[in-house]
Amino acid sequence: MTGLRYVYAVCRPFGTPLQAELTGVAGAPPKQLSHHGLVAVVSEVPAEDFAEEPLRAHLEDLEWLTATARAHQSVIDALTVVTTPLPLRLGTVFQDDSSVRVMMEAREEAFRRTLDRLDGRVEWGVKVYAETEQTEPERSPGKAASGRDYLRQRRQRNRSHEEMWENSERFAGRLHHTLAEYAEDSRLHAPQNPALSRASGRNVLNAAYLVPRSDSEEFVEKVDRTKDELSGVRVELTGPWAAYSFSGIDGEADA
Amino acid sequence: MTTPSRLPDPYGSGGGANLADILERVLDKGVVIAGDIRINLLDIELITIKLRLIVASVDKAKEMGIDWWEDDPALSSRARHNELARENAELRAHVAELEGARPQEEAS
Repeated sequence: MTGLRYVYAVCRPFGTPLQAELTGVAGAPPKQLSHHGLVAVVSEVPAEDFAEEPLRAHLEDLEWLTATARAHQSVIDALTVVTTPLPLRLGTVFQDDSSVRVMMEAREEAFRRTLDRLDGRVEWGVKVYAETEQTEPERSPGKAASGRDYLRQRRQRNRSHEEMWENSERFAGRLHHTLAEYAEDSRLHAPQNPALSRASGRNVLNAAYLVPRSDSEEFVEKVDRTKDELSGVRVELTGPWAAYSFSGIDGEADA
Repeated sequence: MTTPSRLPDPYGSGGGANLADILERVLDKGVVIAGDIRINLLDIELITIKLRLIVASVDKAKEMGIDWWEDDPALSSRARHNELARENAELRAHVAELEGARPQEEAS
């Protein structure tokens, strides 16, 4: 075989075979590589795309990166349904099966500890946006009876805008507090760049919560209940994700 | 051994998730392991990639005619350059005006 090995995740052995139609980053089906009671989920990738230099070049290509990231995520997603995977970062590539085994052996202890910590847990993402559009249509300036009236109206609009910001930040803080108390662990991520997320409004909270599968339904309901609490504020829930945000090992920064 | 209990339906983590969400996790989180051909990317490189991606989105925005940052000296070196050129031209004009005015004053 001339291909390289792309590694998606490390897991405990799981009985179920992976879906037959599942394809990995270069279109090849992922397979399980067992070693010392751990399983690496790998697929073969062509060296002409995934060796260091071509990969680096590809990563500058938004379309290629999008397709690759989605394929990576779809394998992790499929694993999350049947087990608790420890997701590796995009672009973890080895020469062959035996070098994947060497890596697993070297990190065996850390993998086991992290898998124990994450076992049976999933990650939920919660984002809060403050809508930047005015909630009520602006009155045309021409309707003002006088210059002074116009300025008064403007001042009022600015003040209500400011109040809206403050309210949405307070709301996000309260929501995070409630959810963090309920979850086993939480991480605050940097607000997303609207150029990339294409989401409207200002991202005032971007958080991840580690929640046992068994409590997930309740967690989702908790988030759902807050959705109509405050107008001008949008709450978005994503998940269940593999515990990406909580998978740091050996004191390595995991946030 | 993990026996998955019932999970609520996925909320946008699969095909429907926005690109920023997926990249945020797949590029930024997850375990970093140096492969034997050293491809697992380090943070600094990821940051570069993200910056470039944002630039890529910016190019798309430009295609749609959104280009206000082009004229903002804080955001665009070209605008900064233009700004200097404009200032320079203004100053030259000003100097020329003053120099033009002086002999007249002296004459009067």
